[in-house]
Amino acid sequence: MDKQLAGSDVSVDAEGYLTDMSQWTRSVAEEIAKEEGIAMTEQHWKVVEFIQESFRNKEPLSIRSLGKRGPVSIKEFYELFPDGPLKKASKIAGIPKPASCI
Amino acid sequence: MTQETLESQTIATSSESESVKKMLLILSKATLDNVYACFILANGARMEGIQAEIFFTFFGLEAITKKKMEKLHIATVGNPAMHIPTMLGGLPGMEAMATKMMKSEMEKLDMPQVGEFLDILSASGAKLWACKLAMEMFHLQESDLYDDIDGVLTVGGFYERAQGRGTHLLFI
Repeated sequence: MDKQLAGSDVSVDAEGYLTDMSQWTRSVAEEIAKEEGIAMTEQHWKVVEFIQESFRNKEPLSIRSLGKRGPVSIKEFYELFPDGPLKKASKIAGIPKPASCI
Repeated sequence: MTQETLESQTIATSSESESVKKMLLILSKATLDNVYACFILANGARMEGIQAEIFFTFFGLEAITKKKMEKLHIATVGNPAMHIPTMLGGLPGMEAMATKMMKSEMEKLDMPQVGEFLDILSASGAKLWACKLAMEMFHLQESDLYDDIDGVLTVGGFYERAQGRGTHLLFI
């Protein structure tokens, strides 16, 4: 499924997650964030970069691992990406929907 | 079409559009498997943007009692899923061994210990309530409990928190 984001065509799945990470740009991320009701700040970008880095290194991503190794605390993570932080942050980061239960 | 099927259809349609907004979990047991089921459900709710609150009552209080919370066990007696004869389950050391095995499996899955799990729940905005009556029964003070609980509630106080559409209660 193709979608127009920030002036470029990107492929997304049925829930709006990018299917090709190479199509990710900061402008694309900003557009996705806007759809999720989030205005990106420096803190948001730090989390997004951390998530992308973990994904590239094939490290399992969970709330716990983010709290332990990530740039923000779990509390801040929930404040930055309210109503489903791991999913929203993953969507903005251009990686597949997380399958973690914890 | 009978009246009955008509009614059930109406119920089905209205519940489809009603998403879960809030999960109220009542934890009444302190075996490790029950405690984790409760914590994972509460944490999972928060991860989905659903509000979550836990009411710790009866033996469930042990999961937030400082002296007890890291010493919870799984039951080897009266637990058919252990697949060992009940008599063996009662031998000294069996519970400790089974608990140790389960904990090491859980650590492999990146599951935190009870205290750390409570920290994660608290940071996620989940609310943790201690049952007033159970505290009195076990002679516990608030200072005996995990520091970041949100307070002590009566049953009535807990039900007051169940107001609003999309609220679900679950007894564990």
